[in-house]
Amino acid sequence: MSARWNHAIVVGASSGIGMAIARELVAGGCKVALVARRESELQTFATELNGRSIGSPVALVYPHDVTQYEEVPALFQQICHDLSGLDAIVYASGVMPQYAPEEYNFEKDQQQIEVNLLGAMAWINQAAERFGRGQTGTIVGISSVAGDRGRGGMIGYATSKAGFNAYLEAIRNRVGRLGVKVVTVKPGPVNTPMTEALDRSKKPLLIEADKAAHLIIDGAKRGKNVVYVPWMWRPIMAIIRSVPSFIFQRLKNLNS
Amino acid sequence: MSTAFEQGTLPLHADAPLVTSTAFETRMLPSERLERVWAWGMADSAMSYVYRPTTVAGIRAVFELAKAKGRTIALRGAGRSYGDASIRSEEISLDLTRMKRILEWDADKGHITVEPGTSIRDIWQYTIEDGWWPYVVSGTMFPTIGGAVAMNIHGKNNFAVGPIGDHVLSFDILLPTGEIKHCSRLVNTGLFHAAIGGFGMLGCFTSITLELKKVYSGNLLVEPISTSSLAEMMKVIEERESTADYLVGWVDCFAKGDSLGRGLVHQANYLAKGEDIKPAQTLRVENQELPDTIMGLVPKSIMWRFMKPFVNDFGSRLINAAKFHSSRLSNHRSHLQSHAGFAFLLDYVPNWKWSYKPYGLIQYQSFVPKDKAYEVFMRQILLQQKYGLVSYLGVFKRHRPDNFLMTHALDGYSFALDFKVTDKNRERLWALAAEMDKLVIEAGGRFYFAKDSTLSSSRLHAYLQEERVQKFLSLKRQCDPDSLLQTNLYKRVFLSQNG
Repeated sequence: MSARWNHAIVVGASSGIGMAIARELVAGGCKVALVARRESELQTFATELNGRSIGSPVALVYPHDVTQYEEVPALFQQICHDLSGLDAIVYASGVMPQYAPEEYNFEKDQQQIEVNLLGAMAWINQAAERFGRGQTGTIVGISSVAGDRGRGGMIGYATSKAGFNAYLEAIRNRVGRLGVKVVTVKPGPVNTPMTEALDRSKKPLLIEADKAAHLIIDGAKRGKNVVYVPWMWRPIMAIIRSVPSFIFQRLKNLNS
Repeated sequence: MSTAFEQGTLPLHADAPLVTSTAFETRMLPSERLERVWAWGMADSAMSYVYRPTTVAGIRAVFELAKAKGRTIALRGAGRSYGDASIRSEEISLDLTRMKRILEWDADKGHITVEPGTSIRDIWQYTIEDGWWPYVVSGTMFPTIGGAVAMNIHGKNNFAVGPIGDHVLSFDILLPTGEIKHCSRLVNTGLFHAAIGGFGMLGCFTSITLELKKVYSGNLLVEPISTSSLAEMMKVIEERESTADYLVGWVDCFAKGDSLGRGLVHQANYLAKGEDIKPAQTLRVENQELPDTIMGLVPKSIMWRFMKPFVNDFGSRLINAAKFHSSRLSNHRSHLQSHAGFAFLLDYVPNWKWSYKPYGLIQYQSFVPKDKAYEVFMRQILLQQKYGLVSYLGVFKRHRPDNFLMTHALDGYSFALDFKVTDKNRERLWALAAEMDKLVIEAGGRFYFAKDSTLSSSRLHAYLQEERVQKFLSLKRQCDPDSLLQTNLYKRVFLSQNG
């Protein structure tokens, strides 16, 4: 049974995968609350989305910094009210600052944990509680294949995404039996501002954001627990996960 | 509960611009009150912050909370309206089912005063042993009186005794302004005739006084009359309406050709004084109660599971045909049946609606003047067959007009159709309803809020006519200046601009 989404929240909607997902949802007839830190980008994007629709706006704008955790409960309630319902939440906020080869940088680590993990927990906790009560709803967490292994080159990112994966699984084990779908999305490299700084060689199987968004929504609506984007990453990561640590340490390519 | 109210004292106006997150915080309602509230047909639901007060002061406190938080309230009784009449997404649901005290009972006059959450069942079980039965009951005994009066429900005897509003002697209503008004046919008559049938948009009933019907037996004399077409059914009803106390028709919407509109009429009459030689016994509650097993064996609580395989086109065609053919055998065989057994047909199988899982059902009921009824309803049956969306249950009734502002009744007939909703048929079902609406509106017909799921704002204006709509809205502005009382139904048919 494929789910019908009429009202959705996209956190991290001002660029990248979040933006592409919001665009795809609106095209599918869903009313979307756009949440992101940069208000002007959001406004421009909302104007674009609403420009195509007749009648009441299909995209609503909520400027919010995901690290302002204490704002989340009231904002979440207000958005549900403004949308008059909620069928799905997509958490797509994420940062991936670059580290120099020998760099240890707690600030960068902290920023990634805050945006990629703690912000997600603040939002998804709200959604999980609500969906559990309503015994319906879909939670989509945009994680990464990077969470499957602790690669030496992405200390903070890998840690935040591994944490996010565990968190989403824990939420699924809480509310899954109540009829709530929790979808862990693990994209490989996607052509977005976040990966712009990366070397082309570090972006195997690179896909465009709109293509990724399409695969993500399709997988989520079909009720999958884990969606690799594109699907080839599933067998690839199965192999990479099975590489013993004493070998993994020596693989320069995977640790840069 | 009081702590939640104490928190809700911030003076924030509903349409004040809200841009900052601190403003969001002042509007917050406690998330632990969030529940999924269902339309009875299960085809619709809403997440709402549910409050269940037990006193008038409790209702007032919820009104105050809503004002302070800039939120709206949907009043809800037993939630037995098929559609969105008692739900409101992301707002406050004021559930009155805990306010169910019987405040006064005069067994000589047959007058009863109750709180709004008292159910029809609570009332008849309380009064029947004194020889009184409610004039008007619905096909199920579970609606609350508050809801029944707000919807101005009718029974299988609408042509004879009118809607429930015709048997309301008076009521007290708490307006969102904070004022309690006593209304009857002598005082506040305008509000009396608008709040009855006002679908909970003008205020909240706090007590209602009804007159009941004296009965001399716990049984009715019931006669089934098999009818081979809609024309014959209407002829039977017309012949019998002056002598019958109850008349109800069932129509097999699957039948085609010469059999189009075939069905079965049930007539029921009260027994006169002395006809029942042991009234004290038949009037006992236990002789009214519906059995909990079928044929003494199968517990009825699980019956819906056995029905489920038949709730599809094939099974329902089979059941409708079987029902018609078996009615040929019992034609004109009169028998005695208890009041509850005859009135509450829908309660025979508890939770029968679950057989419509997972997407539920909607009911489409329209009311058409006598002279146009045959044509409109024949065309409705044909339309259903053309769309391939045939009602699994069609119920036909005779009505008379009344004096209530938002009335659905008229001198004519109504046809109530149960439609199964599925993931795929939703759009076509709504399109079918729109097409049937057109026939009804052209014929000067009406619709009924307790059943409705599909009506649009423009079609509402077309059938109620502008003058009536404006009169109601101006009364709403007087009673409820902040528009505190709103439901999804109200939003759909009064506020929405689409269609």
